[in-house]
Amino acid sequence: MAAQAGTRPTQARQLKFNGSKIVAWVILIVTTVISLWPLYWLIITAFTPTKDTIKTPPDLIPINASLDNFQRLFDQAKNYWGWAANSFIITFSITIFHVIFDTLAGYAFAKKKFPGKNIMFWLILSTLMIPIHVTLTPLYIVVQNFNLRDNLLAVILPGTANVFGIFLMRQFIQTLPSELEEAGRIDGCSEIRIFWSIIMPLSKPAIGALAIFTFVRFWNDFLWPSMVLIRANSYTLPVGVASLQGEFGTDYGLIFAGATLAALPMIIFFLAFQRYFLEGVRMGAVKG
Amino acid sequence: MAQAELKRVAPQSDSLGYRVGRFFKKYGWGYAFVLPSMLTFLVFTLAPVIWSFIISFQDFRPRGNNDWVGFKNYTDAFTTQGGVFVTALKNTAYYAALTVTANVFIALILSSLIQPLNKYAQTFFRAAYYLPAVTSAVIIAVIWRWMFNTQWGFLNYLLSLVGAQPVRWLSDPDIALNSITLSTILTVPATGVVLFSAAMGSIPKDFYEAADLEGAGAIRKWWSITLPLVKATTLYIVVLYTIASFEVFEKVYIMVPSGVGDSTQTIVTQIYQSVFAQLRYGVASAQAIVLFLIIASIAIVQFRFLRTDVEY
Repeated sequence: MAAQAGTRPTQARQLKFNGSKIVAWVILIVTTVISLWPLYWLIITAFTPTKDTIKTPPDLIPINASLDNFQRLFDQAKNYWGWAANSFIITFSITIFHVIFDTLAGYAFAKKKFPGKNIMFWLILSTLMIPIHVTLTPLYIVVQNFNLRDNLLAVILPGTANVFGIFLMRQFIQTLPSELEEAGRIDGCSEIRIFWSIIMPLSKPAIGALAIFTFVRFWNDFLWPSMVLIRANSYTLPVGVASLQGEFGTDYGLIFAGATLAALPMIIFFLAFQRYFLEGVRMGAVKG
Repeated sequence: MAQAELKRVAPQSDSLGYRVGRFFKKYGWGYAFVLPSMLTFLVFTLAPVIWSFIISFQDFRPRGNNDWVGFKNYTDAFTTQGGVFVTALKNTAYYAALTVTANVFIALILSSLIQPLNKYAQTFFRAAYYLPAVTSAVIIAVIWRWMFNTQWGFLNYLLSLVGAQPVRWLSDPDIALNSITLSTILTVPATGVVLFSAAMGSIPKDFYEAADLEGAGAIRKWWSITLPLVKATTLYIVVLYTIASFEVFEKVYIMVPSGVGDSTQTIVTQIYQSVFAQLRYGVASAQAIVLFLIIASIAIVQFRFLRTDVEY
């Protein structure tokens, strides 16, 4: 009697536990499908001949998969590889700038003493909240007056002023012990050598996060590039893909082929460095 | 060597030149290291911000006379062109209220559901949620535009399966803004999930063990331990998504390039048009500063809550 009374609630609890577990898994799987569905739709549409993209019901799997859309993309959107090259040049330049100079500044703000340091740092911090849109008008006037339209520098130069990286690196380097630095100094290392051979290697996790975020952000950037890159041969990939929509209207096969190729580098990049991405999101927030 | 020692012993006899030299010897590297970043910061952030503020009080147009006009740009921003900027403010606030609430709520639920799973399952779901977030907003918007297509779109195909009439998702002025909002809500708030997961992972296990001893159920533990301890993270995520939603642009610009009347105008599409299409620089700056003031005042209110953080 007592044993029965003892087992029944346990069974009931187990059953309830399994029930809620199933609900949890269903929710997680459904949201995963919803989350990935647009990307799936992007890729299968890119491989579906245009005549098959406009029919009911649509093919949910690419039955007549072909490379026809990519063929037409390269035939008709002549600048496509130029856009990719522009995107690479812009994104790489900005990322390299930030990796080196944000680390340098972050190191100085974290470890060096010099008059005015705190004022400078607070000045930087105070602009973190200001939306980039406030700077659009003046920068646009400068670009117009100095005839920098269609010049990649008009995108690269303002991109170097992204203060979040300085903040991230300063917060990280502050947590590093000063002993190694001091040891280097006693051994007679130059300041540049200390930075390059001690601080940079120790800061790898934060530099990784910074590089990833800068790269993704500027690879995907649209608003400012679309204002200053006017001629088709100076576009970046997002600006170019947006223009495909205007030029090829409802030829969704072609537009999606272009969009797929533009998205692919970031998707591969993410899958390869997935751990660093997610770690970086956390680091950016916890330390930022 | 001997000279250096001498100088250290008798610093009072320094000449100005020596003192400047010593200043740079002591602090020079600090200045040198912050110089490149400070320079780009001053030229491309601080100066434009200040100039933008000035322009917002000037009659600044191509071939304009740059006269001071007081608050005229601000009043113009709100009153000219049939008050479309006011509509844009309302639209943006509507979009922000719905998406921020949904994003934070969904992120909280999903990360709570992920938390008890093993490491591999956790990583899988977080990665699956995060993947769309590395794809350009332009590309995501291009995809949604096609899925929203009235005739051939995927969503109307789904509706047809249950026998519903096709919806004019992006061409009906009463629906378009809701469609754009829906597309954001249906995008899993990946950053939020990752941040909540990190916060929940750092809650000490003994808290839950103590609750187990007292016979607390899963829901009760979630409500009384997890929720209070992720409060700071919640507010951070709220600030993050609030800023992002007030700055919404690509989505709208790509999905409805010329707008559906005024029904899909947002603050940033208005700024974009003022600068880029109309060359009304003064008005554009005024609108951008209004955006800044809105974001800043909301953030200040939200940060006040952040201060009352529980330490553990």
